[in-house]
Amino acid sequence: MTPPPSSSSDGQPLVQVQDLKKYFPITRGIVIQRVVGAVKAVDGVTFDIMPGETVGMVGESGCGKTTVGRTMLALYPATEGKVIIDGHLVHAARGAELMAIRRKAQMIFQDPFASLNPRWTVNAIVGEPLRVHNLCPDQKSRDERVKELLQLVGLSPRHVNRFPHEFSGGQRQRIGVARALASNPKFIVCDEPISALDVSIQAQVVNLLEDLQDRLGLTYLFIAHDLSMVRHICDRVIVMYLGVMVEMGDRDELYDNPLHPYAQSLLSAVPIPDPRKERQRKRIILTGDVPSPINPPSGCRFHPRCPIVQPHCSQIRPVWREVRPGHWVACHEVEPKYVPPQ
Amino acid sequence: MTTLLDVNNLRVRFHTPEGTVHAVNGVSWTVSEGETLAVVGESGCGKSVTMLSILGLIPVPPGEIVSGAATYRGADLITMPEEAIEDIRGKDISMIFQDPMTSLNPVLTIGRQITESLRVHMGMDDQQARERAQTLLEWVGIPDAGARLGDYPHQFSGGMRQRVMIAIALACAPSLLIADEPTTALDVTIQAQIVELVQRMREQMGMAIVWITHDLGVVAGLADRVIVMYAGYIVEEADVHTLYGNPRHPYTLALLAALPRVDARRERLKAIPGAPPNLLVVPPGCPFAARCDFVTERCWAENPTLTPVDDGMGEHRIACWVDVRNGGLR
Repeated sequence: MTPPPSSSSDGQPLVQVQDLKKYFPITRGIVIQRVVGAVKAVDGVTFDIMPGETVGMVGESGCGKTTVGRTMLALYPATEGKVIIDGHLVHAARGAELMAIRRKAQMIFQDPFASLNPRWTVNAIVGEPLRVHNLCPDQKSRDERVKELLQLVGLSPRHVNRFPHEFSGGQRQRIGVARALASNPKFIVCDEPISALDVSIQAQVVNLLEDLQDRLGLTYLFIAHDLSMVRHICDRVIVMYLGVMVEMGDRDELYDNPLHPYAQSLLSAVPIPDPRKERQRKRIILTGDVPSPINPPSGCRFHPRCPIVQPHCSQIRPVWREVRPGHWVACHEVEPKYVPPQ
Repeated sequence: MTTLLDVNNLRVRFHTPEGTVHAVNGVSWTVSEGETLAVVGESGCGKSVTMLSILGLIPVPPGEIVSGAATYRGADLITMPEEAIEDIRGKDISMIFQDPMTSLNPVLTIGRQITESLRVHMGMDDQQARERAQTLLEWVGIPDAGARLGDYPHQFSGGMRQRVMIAIALACAPSLLIADEPTTALDVTIQAQIVELVQRMREQMGMAIVWITHDLGVVAGLADRVIVMYAGYIVEEADVHTLYGNPRHPYTLALLAALPRVDARRERLKAIPGAPPNLLVVPPGCPFAARCDFVTERCWAENPTLTPVDDGMGEHRIACWVDVRNGGLR
């Protein structure tokens, strides 16, 4: 089974994210481009991930969860803040150090159709990290390792010479997992790894990810919008809204006792496959859509949609604070209320 | 309740370069006036093709409706001439689709798209149609409706576009609304908004709804009756409480066991092994046999037909040889 959720104090975290910001510039003009604004996709995010832990990151489309994952692995340069993975400062790393980070931290992508090169065989796809990082001395040992990896993810080693189109969606996602595992990583960012799959296949892939974590001691950041699946797989959960974290806590604590009005409404919106329960539930239905991250609302970013909004919410940005051990929230109205230090 | 639409033994095939795809293999179901029927299944199970065939919306060729009838208020939609079905489609029976971006015309204002069916089906003039369109937009919860009639689809968010689609579908007060995965592309908070909107519309207008989805969670809160489809067959049919409380087909059982729950945590999900079958080949036996926990000799040889389960739950039917409660044959 997965290791127990680790609280803040014991041990050294494998991954540290400190005040990470990622702005995408908006430009005008064709030849001479001027920067006229910025999409503040991620606007100050701080969290740790302990070794062997699975941290879930949830929120609506456009909340910045995918950008956090990508920026953490230096697929985007960070605008501000730092990310430390296994002792390496990710955005300062160059050359051999960057290669070492890339070997230790891998990614599984959402779309198993777009993330595999259709002209490459499975052998070439899964063998690429081995080639890039020089992990196998020769062709023969590389072929052996690819077969081993395919077996590890539940595919037949006989399929090494097939192309991605010869596989179903679930099998393709397994190929993506095998590729991510090829370099023996410690940390994997799973960016919506199951949302493109059918219900009957989702459980297969999730069980595979859990088994691999047990066998290989992996650490996951699991980015998803399926809150039921996040409760299933994660030890700790972060709720994001419009580029900032609004709540973080241990899985059962957060799901059974969400504090932030956004987390409450998000959880109340998830349907439960039980007609009796489902028909008795009280839903907090949010009005409107997520505002634009170009001009995020002032104060608390959730205030225009918040069911318990107060006058000061539009002026003062709520403090990110620990209200119970391991349970963090950014909301003025959550008890006990924040008292500024004198 | 009076039967509104009666689909009988519908078979649909597609002739493709790879061979003949047996998309729908003899399905029969009915929906009554004012009833909400959910059709549940994974991609490729034939749930959308069934609906599109009924409305004459599958391209022929490559599609072919091999057999079947769809009786709507006494007339068969399948054999009906094109002009006659055009009068029904969008007026008496309307449809909303999964992706509101591709099902709205990007170069026409939404006012134009809502008023189209009002002008065509209800014979309204421009002024009347415009007023009605504004009322409809207000109904479906679009703020500042009058001003937004002149906007184009790209100026709306995903959830707002789906509201526009619903306004178009409800413009002529249909007796049947077919909703084909209308919330699949949306976030859960927006999904909750749309489900609530459709429920409110149903209360106000009293239309019947056929809701196609793969999400057993949404169905639990919405449907009166549920049909589960697999590989072009109906494998189980029951009222919503029976289906969740007393499922009898191994596929339904497996789907429910594979779902994680937001209200409680399971130690491990029970995955369904393998993948849905290739519809190019019709197996002699049950299409689910290869993935089934309860498979017997007979399942490989003969495909079971949909027969009633005698559990005193009324219209509970399954297509299975096995009694899942004791593992023996039924």
